[in-house]
Amino acid sequence: MSALAGSVASLTIPQLRQGLEQRQFSAVELAQSTLEFAQAENPKTNAYLHFSPERALAAAERVDQKLAAREDPGPLAGVPIAVKDVIVTEGVRTTCGSRLLERYIPPYDATAVRRLEQAGGVILGKTNCDEFAMGSSNENSAFGPVRNPAALDRVPGGSSGGSAAAVAQGTAVVALGSDTGGSVRQPASFCGVVGVTPTYGRVSRYGLVAFASSLDHIGPFGRTVRDAALLLQTIAGRDECDATSAFAPVPDYVAQLDGKVAGLKIGLPREYFEGLASETGDLVMRGVDVLKKLGCEVREISLPATKYAVPCYYIIATAEASSNLARYDGVRYTTRANGDTLSEMYRATRGAGFGAECKRRIMLGTYVLSHGYYDAYYLKAQKVRALIAEDFRKAFAEVDAIVTPVSPSPAFKIGEKIDDPLEMYLSDIYTITGDLAGIPCMSVPCGKTAAGLPVGMQILTRHFDETGMFRLADAFEKAGGFTG
Amino acid sequence: MKITEKDVRYVADLANLKLTDAEVGRLAKDLDEILTHMDALNELDTSNVEPMAQVLFEGEQTATLREDEERPCLTNEAAVAGAPLAGNGYYKVPKVIER
Repeated sequence: MSALAGSVASLTIPQLRQGLEQRQFSAVELAQSTLEFAQAENPKTNAYLHFSPERALAAAERVDQKLAAREDPGPLAGVPIAVKDVIVTEGVRTTCGSRLLERYIPPYDATAVRRLEQAGGVILGKTNCDEFAMGSSNENSAFGPVRNPAALDRVPGGSSGGSAAAVAQGTAVVALGSDTGGSVRQPASFCGVVGVTPTYGRVSRYGLVAFASSLDHIGPFGRTVRDAALLLQTIAGRDECDATSAFAPVPDYVAQLDGKVAGLKIGLPREYFEGLASETGDLVMRGVDVLKKLGCEVREISLPATKYAVPCYYIIATAEASSNLARYDGVRYTTRANGDTLSEMYRATRGAGFGAECKRRIMLGTYVLSHGYYDAYYLKAQKVRALIAEDFRKAFAEVDAIVTPVSPSPAFKIGEKIDDPLEMYLSDIYTITGDLAGIPCMSVPCGKTAAGLPVGMQILTRHFDETGMFRLADAFEKAGGFTG
Repeated sequence: MKITEKDVRYVADLANLKLTDAEVGRLAKDLDEILTHMDALNELDTSNVEPMAQVLFEGEQTATLREDEERPCLTNEAAVAGAPLAGNGYYKVPKVIER
């Protein structure tokens, strides 16, 4: 199978499907060659934390059996997939990028993982990320940073940096990440791939290790809009294991990638274009010109509460995190430090186990929820969140989609911002608003800087209008020629 | 100063986090800077705004209820398998009750 090795780097899901149906390769051969390639390439980026060859080959074997029996092998038949290590996989180590879970083997699968395999997907392994998904650079992983495949001295973005890097590097065709404040879209933008944050509740969170429950999403990465849309279609839909998962039927996203975008009204929020690094701004505006050529009607809009999004987000997200991370106390999850009393054991375990960023957020979240501060911080932030959601509701009465940059600047150097947490938080400015409002949003590549660093353009649409978002992104991708 | 090292030690106690002296100093500085930035929210008048406690939920009130029927669940063995210390199907912790 040497002819296949490495070629997965350029293949899309429809191309893999064709190869399987024409018997150019079997699903097992595809899985083996991709695993070999990924294991050989991984030291360059540290994108994968561990591989799951047994599980991958068993899934590929099932696909081959179905193909041999002329049964439908599923929409993701044989597709090599990487899964962020905050999404649990039965029998396969799930660390969340944390020393605390270094040896944790979950006893069940996340709903998204189960649905991927039911659709014929082949999970190759688990990808590196910031500890418990807290970070914007992947430097907060206990197992070392991920390097950006486009420039190895730079960060891939975070927190789903490993998933974005694997797809960009071609060591997976598609990947799952998670997004709480931009953790899918920002790394997608930094690595030059497509990254999607669906409507809140569109994908079940069952088995996604909780960071901030009112903001957490599982979202797909792909090298094309079509691949990402197909992945979302497979994992979306009501799941009784997650009471907040949505009942709304899941449309056929791929069937509606028809290029019919002429006449769509696109809003450019002026607050997102102030103070933008010039090269990023230029690339996004060139992207906007592509949309105009496609017949979209572009107008300036205003989302006035935008400047309050960062403080609002870091109050709500850390408050929820301080509660969610209370469970890592040395009782149930693999790692325990010594202490003479129960209380000392808790403290020692958590003090030794959590990294600096997790501690900072647990402290911040505990502080804003503590007696005497709840109204001033948490309740205030929930009210501001309502204003941010209201801004979008008003805007979507006027326009069909909103287009913005994903991040103020392209990928920065490893180590450049690690000592300044506030500056790191501020770099999330354009992505956290979508999470706060719960609307679908995505990053689609829109070119590279002179230094060759990818830049993404963000598209946001109304609740549950992933169809419209994908249609616009697909038309843009084809017209712009930025991918492939 | 919005937050002192004494405040940091108090909050760490609430959060069950054992911190080194160096961590306490660093956190006092970081949290002070971040909380000062968060004061920007006070510029907004939110007296007539309802807090957004739920993101969205489009089902009927009773949509998540189901018949109370028995289903297989995680076994006791699987549930405690990941624990640092377990025995007889229980998690084990340092003694909490003196007899």
